[in-house]
Amino acid sequence: MLVLENVSWKASDGEEILRDISLEIPDGKMTVITGPNGGGKTSLAKLIAGLVDPTEGRILLDGEDITGWDMTERARGGISFAFQQPVRFKGLTVRDLLEISAERKLDSGEVCRYLGEVGLCAEEYIDRVVDASLSGGEGKRIEIASVLARKNVKLRVFDEPEAGIDLWSFTNLIDVFQRLKNKDSEALLVISHQERILEIADRIVVVDNGKIRIAGDRQVILPRLLAQEKAARCPKEEERSCAR
Amino acid sequence: MNKITEQLLRQVSDWQGTFKGAYNIRENGGCAGRQSSENIRIESRADGSGLEIHISPKAQKETVYIPACVTRGNVNDLAYNDFYVGEGADVTIVAGCGVHTDNEGEAEHDGIHRFFLEKGAHVLYKEKHVGTGTGTGLKKINPVTDMELKEDAVMEMDTIQIGGVDLTKRSTKAVLGARARLIIHERLMTDGEEQASTDFEVVMQGEDSGVDLISRSVAKDHSYQEYHSKIHGNCRCTGHSECDAILIGEGKVNAAPELFAGDIDASLIHEAAIGKIAGEQIVKLRTLGLTEDEAEKKIVEGFLR
Repeated sequence: MLVLENVSWKASDGEEILRDISLEIPDGKMTVITGPNGGGKTSLAKLIAGLVDPTEGRILLDGEDITGWDMTERARGGISFAFQQPVRFKGLTVRDLLEISAERKLDSGEVCRYLGEVGLCAEEYIDRVVDASLSGGEGKRIEIASVLARKNVKLRVFDEPEAGIDLWSFTNLIDVFQRLKNKDSEALLVISHQERILEIADRIVVVDNGKIRIAGDRQVILPRLLAQEKAARCPKEEERSCAR
Repeated sequence: MNKITEQLLRQVSDWQGTFKGAYNIRENGGCAGRQSSENIRIESRADGSGLEIHISPKAQKETVYIPACVTRGNVNDLAYNDFYVGEGADVTIVAGCGVHTDNEGEAEHDGIHRFFLEKGAHVLYKEKHVGTGTGTGLKKINPVTDMELKEDAVMEMDTIQIGGVDLTKRSTKAVLGARARLIIHERLMTDGEEQASTDFEVVMQGEDSGVDLISRSVAKDHSYQEYHSKIHGNCRCTGHSECDAILIGEGKVNAAPELFAGDIDASLIHEAAIGKIAGEQIVKLRTLGLTEDEAEKKIVEGFLR
């Protein structure tokens, strides 16, 4: 379980991006962080993976204070992070990336399984270089596969995994999350705007303006979010509020 | 053959205690072993300055090894090797070079290789260079590669300098006939105070000829590299060159690509990028559990593969 205690983060220009965030991300459950763009969701994911250091507060992983751990230590400690924008490498192949991730040589069957989970044919992709020749969707799927290949994971973080993924792969992605969320010894954290991902969440956290606006079980939070969404888009509601 | 030659051969060629097929091993300017095969004949040049390698059209999927080693200081070895590749032949030529010195004397090898490819011949030319030894003497390798490709010939040049060479000046020239194709893949790594200069000149003379020239290099520490390429498109042809360099530490690179289109149907492209390793690449690999140094090593390894 990951615990954030009163965590804040200021960007280098002094702007306060995250403010006094306290949050528990339990094992065996899928927590989805959602909220408006620019609200601090990706910053929160980066802070958990160690890409940025909190200016205040503590981060605990299974009770151990990991606030001072750098990103390598956090990865080795069991935190795995899928980037929103996949990184491209001139020269490293899909196999290289998956083997670095798995920390060992992989046989073709294993590579096939990881790529199959994200809807890619291993034969076609195993020796492809992870460079700009890959489409956005292909890069994204390989990024997700690289996180699936991690072992001894305590927390997997996916930052907007749906971006650039086509409909067929999206269904696969939902299946992947369904499987991951049932792992008792792992916590799953997904940052997403997608209703279909929110629908399979156990817990939903809404981050807005650097703060947690609401958090709780999906059954409680999702209907409220959808109702708000509807209200904001209903022209009659707007007319009524104008008339008042 | 001395032990250092054996060690160098393992690094620069497929040496496993022996070569299969035709070979010539050059050691400090002398011959440490030679064998011709049914389809590949290796002879000394009349003036003794190098070799003539005659490859018959019957040679198919054969490999010939022409490595050269300098194993001590105060040796300056110059060799002229001419390769005559018969019509339709399909061969791999492995021409690694290693220079070694354990004293203050310089170890230098200058290999001038000329290739004459007849119609439809296909050559994969593999060239790997390394410098070793604890001496303060400079280790130098100056390869010159000249190629003439007749109609439909294909030459793939795979050249790599893996480290330890203090000074290198590389010159590669080619003239392409109709429908001939040249693919060059160069990788260079310089470290410490090493300097490397590489110069390509490709002239496309025959209709529908094509060249694809990819150069990747890493300049570490205080090393310095110069890159110059000139592709001439004198007819309907396609040319592509790509020069990518990674800087680490105080490394410096000067790249000067040139394209000359002398025909309305010449289609020429150049791409170039020089810079340090992208921070996001290091970050990604660190999130997979590598340290910064391990990540850098992996990225360089992949880049120079």
